[in-house]
Amino acid sequence: MSDQPILELKNIHSGYGSIKALRDVSLKVYPGEVVAIIGANGAGKSTTLMTICGIVSPEKGEVYYQGEPITKINPENLPPMGLCQVPEGRRIFPRLTVEENLILGAFYRDDQEGILKDIKHVYELFPVLGERSKQHGGTLSGGEQQMLAIGRALMTKPKVLLLDEPSLGLAPIIIHQIFDIIADINKNDGTTILLVEQNANLALKAATRGYVLETGEITLEDKADALLHNPEIRKAYLGE
Amino acid sequence: MHPDRFFTVEIDTNFHIRGWLNAGHDRLIKMGKLFRVHSLVLRIRKNYYDHQNVKKDNMDYFIQQLINGITLGGIYALIALGYTMVYGVIQLINFAHGEFFAAGGYVGVIFLSFFTGLGYMETYPVVCLTASFGLAMAYCAYLAIGVEKIAYKPLRKESRLAALLSALGMSIFLSNGLMLTQGVYDKAYPSELFQGGMHFGMVTVSYLQVLILVLTGVLLVALNFLVFKTKMGMAMRATAQDKTMSALVAISSNRIISLTFAIGAGLAAAAGIMVGLYYGSVRYDMGFIPGIKAFSAAVLGGIGNITGAMVGGLIIGMVEVFGAGYISGEYKDVFAFIILISVLYFKPTGIMGENIDDTRV
Repeated sequence: MSDQPILELKNIHSGYGSIKALRDVSLKVYPGEVVAIIGANGAGKSTTLMTICGIVSPEKGEVYYQGEPITKINPENLPPMGLCQVPEGRRIFPRLTVEENLILGAFYRDDQEGILKDIKHVYELFPVLGERSKQHGGTLSGGEQQMLAIGRALMTKPKVLLLDEPSLGLAPIIIHQIFDIIADINKNDGTTILLVEQNANLALKAATRGYVLETGEITLEDKADALLHNPEIRKAYLGE
Repeated sequence: MHPDRFFTVEIDTNFHIRGWLNAGHDRLIKMGKLFRVHSLVLRIRKNYYDHQNVKKDNMDYFIQQLINGITLGGIYALIALGYTMVYGVIQLINFAHGEFFAAGGYVGVIFLSFFTGLGYMETYPVVCLTASFGLAMAYCAYLAIGVEKIAYKPLRKESRLAALLSALGMSIFLSNGLMLTQGVYDKAYPSELFQGGMHFGMVTVSYLQVLILVLTGVLLVALNFLVFKTKMGMAMRATAQDKTMSALVAISSNRIISLTFAIGAGLAAAAGIMVGLYYGSVRYDMGFIPGIKAFSAAVLGGIGNITGAMVGGLIIGMVEVFGAGYISGEYKDVFAFIILISVLYFKPTGIMGENIDDTRV
């Protein structure tokens, strides 16, 4: 772990109109980490990720990526810099084929060979996608769509991968499969991961560090293990 | 000239000028002025058949109408694509789209007259045609990009009604711009282009129709290739489906929207030249009626659906030609609108809307 955070939020205030979604949120992600943000529904987790990606503009505060402020940068210019998000609900392009979805992940890239190689790599990670490469994204099951969404994100060659609720609506066995792959991506490719989850148990087991977000504010920050054994967390988020 | 060719002259009460005479066109315009009925201009139709006496139940007549219908339908399809693609990407009915068609017709007449005047049209017909079409399409593409930036982009976050009204305003603005710069009278296309045709019994396919059909076919195939086989086309379809997600995979929706407008206007411009060649002249307000008909075609095919727009265009063209041929020529504009109203009333999603989603933008 180096000293310089690869991604840093400094005093972010954000909102949709009069609704304040984030209040003074600051967090740091170091290269190679898996950081989890846990919190209840509506705590501002997705807004945090959308603010990082420039889809939501913060009212105050600044997002730094590799030491540079990126708040003013258009969202479409961030993936080429290595910042990519798998948004909540997966947002597969439903009327494009699996393969087209993956190709679009590499939209900004010109290295034809590299793209083909990476598509192959995604099919190795998720063999089911290879079997369904000519099928429309909208015809896939929830789990397959999540795999496709992650695969599509990998096609952008991310340095930092933001994952929004990858477990949402999936069967436990699929969830485990997906979290194994996420761990692989972190370990094998060295991709930094910022994970947002309602499923605190799952997220904290996968993560090295964690933040707790409550009604738009960071209330707790600690090592993932420590949070997992924190009695308050266990009570509030782990149903004990 | 074919021996059975003759001309019928009728007064067009629609205030539309459609010159279609090899020579003497200007004389007739002057005649119109002489009678001081400059908005009630003589309409000249080149017919191989006398409408009063033709046997409409014979097969030749049917096939002739079929060919005319496909020709006109292809032109409507080219215009309809612009409506449907823009709708697919930003959910806006671009009412100014007909003006790109008109502008294309004008750029075409300017360059084709220029080339004809220099005599290049005889020596290098292919080069001149390609250049004229290319220049008209490029001009309209840039015009459309400009229109989008000025009239629609600032309203993208506002209600859809705001952009719709802006489109109507743009339409009036562009149409009047054409009138002020090019005049209120129609401009004749060089008359010596593409005379004659092929005869199969009583059926005639003019060389001009062949040119229009081939060119329309090439453009439609090219568009299909672009939208369904290239990365840009993929990005265009993705933007139509989910703009936020597109941005998250580095697709700039502004660029895609500009591209969509450019392609749609380019196709409309090509259609403008075709209509100019087909009817012999262009006029500043020529975009209005074909624009609404092409819009009807897009709705009929299922707005947002590319294949639907092509099919819808062909159907509208056919219905118009057959309706004019078998029912009444006076009511030819009415048929398209009967279809529009019927589709909106009975099946607003159109024939290819919603269910067949493969070919949506």
